[in-house]
Amino acid sequence: MEFGDIFLAVAIMLGKSLLMLVALLVFIAYALYADRKVWAAVQLRRGPNVVGPWGLLQSFADLLKFVLKEPVIPSSANKGMFLLAPLLMCTLSLAAWAVIPLNAGWAIADINVGVLYIFAISSLGVYGVIMGGWASNSKYPFLGALRSAAQMVSYEVSIGFVIVTVLMCAGTLNLSAIVESQNTALGILGWYWLPLFPMFVIFFISAMAETNRPPFDLPEAESELVAGYMVEYSSTPYLLFMLGEYVAIMTMCALGTILFLGGWLSPIPFAPFTWVPGVIWFVLKASFLFLLIAMVKALVPRYRYDQLMRLGWKVFLPLSLAMVVIVAGVLMLTGTAPGMR
Amino acid sequence: MTVTAAFFYLFATITVASGFMVIASRNPVQSVLFLILAFVNAAGLFLMMGAEFLAMILVIVYVGAVAVLFLFVVMMLDVDFAELRQGFLQYLPVGGLIGIVFLLELVLVIGTYVVDPGLIRTSAVPIPPAEVVTNTEALGLVLYTRYFYFFQAAGLILLVAMIGAIVLTLRERVGVRRQDISKQNARTQETAVEVRKVPFRQGI
Repeated sequence: MEFGDIFLAVAIMLGKSLLMLVALLVFIAYALYADRKVWAAVQLRRGPNVVGPWGLLQSFADLLKFVLKEPVIPSSANKGMFLLAPLLMCTLSLAAWAVIPLNAGWAIADINVGVLYIFAISSLGVYGVIMGGWASNSKYPFLGALRSAAQMVSYEVSIGFVIVTVLMCAGTLNLSAIVESQNTALGILGWYWLPLFPMFVIFFISAMAETNRPPFDLPEAESELVAGYMVEYSSTPYLLFMLGEYVAIMTMCALGTILFLGGWLSPIPFAPFTWVPGVIWFVLKASFLFLLIAMVKALVPRYRYDQLMRLGWKVFLPLSLAMVVIVAGVLMLTGTAPGMR
Repeated sequence: MTVTAAFFYLFATITVASGFMVIASRNPVQSVLFLILAFVNAAGLFLMMGAEFLAMILVIVYVGAVAVLFLFVVMMLDVDFAELRQGFLQYLPVGGLIGIVFLLELVLVIGTYVVDPGLIRTSAVPIPPAEVVTNTEALGLVLYTRYFYFFQAAGLILLVAMIGAIVLTLRERVGVRRQDISKQNARTQETAVEVRKVPFRQGI
């Protein structure tokens, strides 16, 4: 390959990534706003309404506030690792978006093992938590980090099994191909949420536990603990942790959209609806999942730690394992498994 | 080609350097973090060889699960590595012997491949070309057909190991209050609350 070609390819890749990053971050700024507004509406409050019209610029004001504050680094902390942890968390959760197809052929990297890539990247997120908790060199962040890490590792298992059932139905690890395999004449009824409904529920709950969202926000349970592994963090490093967390939540919403809600496909598979660009359907579906997550935060009381562990290991794990066997058996017996058709 | 070579040397150098730092660094937590770096770079090397499935599984299993447990143990137990290093010279002969055996085995395997590539090709299942099937599919095809019993045996060994670990660490502690979820859910207002009429100045 010519040097010019390589340069051009790298430049295009960088441009695409930058575009995706900016779009994602702006979307997350408003997702954060929506999260707070939904929460407020459930509790009959007004929510953020001061900065900008209807408080629309609240997230940007928060961003400025965090960036302009002084970062405090504890004197006994391991400085390098203390600053590396939030950076790692944020970068890793952003990296997952490299493979997410917002529309047919829109993924920055349309790799064959897209699902595994996202799974691998999200399983690395736990290091940001552990490193942050350890590097703070203080007992509260450390205990918070241990709790958080144990929780994140537990729920990864059931998410893995949920993904396996979808993969068995789709017969591929490529995210675009998984969406295409849901493209039937049935429209919304042909997506995997209907035949795999129990798995969709398990995925939704596990996604909340995995990303430390309420009702599973034990690591930073604001009414009982100090801020979990983030106790010692302030200003920009704290912002990076928060940002990483929200990006991870959006990743889970996008993954749910791809695996169960037909990605960029139109819910009604005929003319006026199929004219709508796929990316709009994708964003609508991901926003719907995010709305559900925001509602759960407002409606459901927090789990106790032993209840959380019980739910993960004693309920979801056997259930999802059984579903893997059942789905495989049904696919085999009816001869509808991909590759048998 | 130059780009591939550059990336190979980048990944390989970092892998070897972080592998060295695993045993050289003084802080055990840093050792584990360097081990993770070595894993991730090895995954990068796998990716460059086109073994994308292995690369991802390496990250998921080793970095995402095994190394997290290492890190847990190292952080929670206050291991004094300086003390462990005291007996370095004492263990050197045994360690060296194991190293030499391992090196010899590697030389044998790779040597056979270099001398006669056909030999390995006859003993193993032919690998389908990358254009026909992805390597995830290729792995699945041999794993669940030709190597089915080996695969099941490996799974069984892991199961036994898991049960063994649970049996070894399970302690039935008496006097611990535990919540029985089914009992808890079976409680109703009638069984949980009892309304009594308390006689004045007598109590119950």
